[in-house]
Amino acid sequence: MAKITYIEHDGTEHAIDVKPGLTVMEGAVKNNIPGIDADCGGACACATCHVYVDEAWLAKTGSKSSMEESMLDFAEGVQENSRLSCQIKVTDDLDGLVVTMPESQH
Amino acid sequence: MSGSGGHVVIVGAGHAGGTAAALLRQYGHEGPITMIGAEPIPPYQRPPLSKAWLKGEADAASLALKPVEFYAENDIDFRPNVTATALNRGAKTVALSDGATVGYDTLILATGARAIALPIAGADLAGILFLRTAADAEALKAQVGPGKMLAVVGGGYIGLEVAASGRALGAEVVVLEREERILARVACEALSDFFTDYHQKHGVRFELAASVTGFEGKDGHVTGVTLADGRTIACDAVVVGVGAHPNDELARDAGLDCARGVVVDLDARSISDPNVFAIGDVAHRPMPIYERMFRMESVPNALEQAKQAASAIVGRPRPAGECPWQWSDQFDLKLQIAGYAFDVDQVLLRGDPASAKFAVFHLKGDQVQSVEAINSPPEFMMGKNLILSRKPVDKAKLADPSISMKEVAAESAPS
Repeated sequence: MAKITYIEHDGTEHAIDVKPGLTVMEGAVKNNIPGIDADCGGACACATCHVYVDEAWLAKTGSKSSMEESMLDFAEGVQENSRLSCQIKVTDDLDGLVVTMPESQH
Repeated sequence: MSGSGGHVVIVGAGHAGGTAAALLRQYGHEGPITMIGAEPIPPYQRPPLSKAWLKGEADAASLALKPVEFYAENDIDFRPNVTATALNRGAKTVALSDGATVGYDTLILATGARAIALPIAGADLAGILFLRTAADAEALKAQVGPGKMLAVVGGGYIGLEVAASGRALGAEVVVLEREERILARVACEALSDFFTDYHQKHGVRFELAASVTGFEGKDGHVTGVTLADGRTIACDAVVVGVGAHPNDELARDAGLDCARGVVVDLDARSISDPNVFAIGDVAHRPMPIYERMFRMESVPNALEQAKQAASAIVGRPRPAGECPWQWSDQFDLKLQIAGYAFDVDQVLLRGDPASAKFAVFHLKGDQVQSVEAINSPPEFMMGKNLILSRKPVDKAKLADPSISMKEVAAESAPS
């Protein structure tokens, strides 16, 4: 299990144990955490699972595919550390990961 | 927020119903929630059934919207294998197929749509399948593999996804389409041509303008599809994907206003009864950007309406207006569609279909009504914004792929 802390835009924190193999998005959705909509269920088609990855974890979460990059480019409030959480696979290495949600997923 | 919805009963445990239940709890609804589901399993994602699931790349647990224990943990009384048989709006009760009666303060109808069957000879043979449920997908999976011949009746998106997955699993696939071109009802000619060509390159055979008149079988199992021109197409299994019909009978019988689907307002509330909502495939809903009402069959629509209903029930502000959208994955193609092509007077191609990276914009005057984007996220994302904002666009710039979508949108005059 990897402990992942999801921080809502208003600062509310949710620390959740997520099974390796799931994505960071699935960890949030299956635990009914607000702020990650994931309309397409992980098909990299909607950009509604946008998160900011804590700087310390950026390298460990891997690099973006061109599809992800391209979708993110048009999401709202994009920053250097923006990722689509459906594209980050949880591994034991990500135990302690912290992600923050943007104000809106539209 | 305790909410004023009291006991919320949700009829239907698909993507819409399951999402409404979860959102009600997320939004702080404290009253009881009962969710009635016809299928044996809790709500799951249907889109992967024709894609990742069929190809064995996703399992049942990954398809589930929430883990099975979620419902008990969140005090949601989920009742599988049960359907609602009658609605009594006066007494505010729902009669169930297991003999029980459930009282409600607020009712959400999320009964979805069912696949339309072909009323022709042999339609009840084994091996003639639909693709709506996990059970359907399970049956199909058992029939598709190397050396098998799969006939797909209906060249719509579901049919094409099944065709692509069938090829990936090594089956021979033939698509039988009644119209002169595939996707005739939902896409423009350029897109139809592109998909036809792409599928053919991947070994899919097409029979266009092919009217299916019956099925042949041996020992109760389908062996062929007969066409109006007298030919018989031999096959080991058939998938019928010719559209769906809303499950609105419960609402109709209870006197709720229905068109093709239950007529609702912007909160997804029935226009005939303030205590009844209808969401997802079964709802006939207003769509302000097109100044009309219609019914949609898509996951984003199910989610949006679940949000509308849950918000109205707990007293949250209505979600901001959305641009409807959907997606389809076939082979290595990602198709993203935003909007619907209503009242279109011009179709504009951006990019070259031969590169498998292009977009088709549907315009009404200088406003974008819809966009179909193949492997083109910027066109999809920006198109969605333009559809929602109703901003006029510079068509010459839009048609020029060397000008970025950001620039196209920036140059568009504010409305």
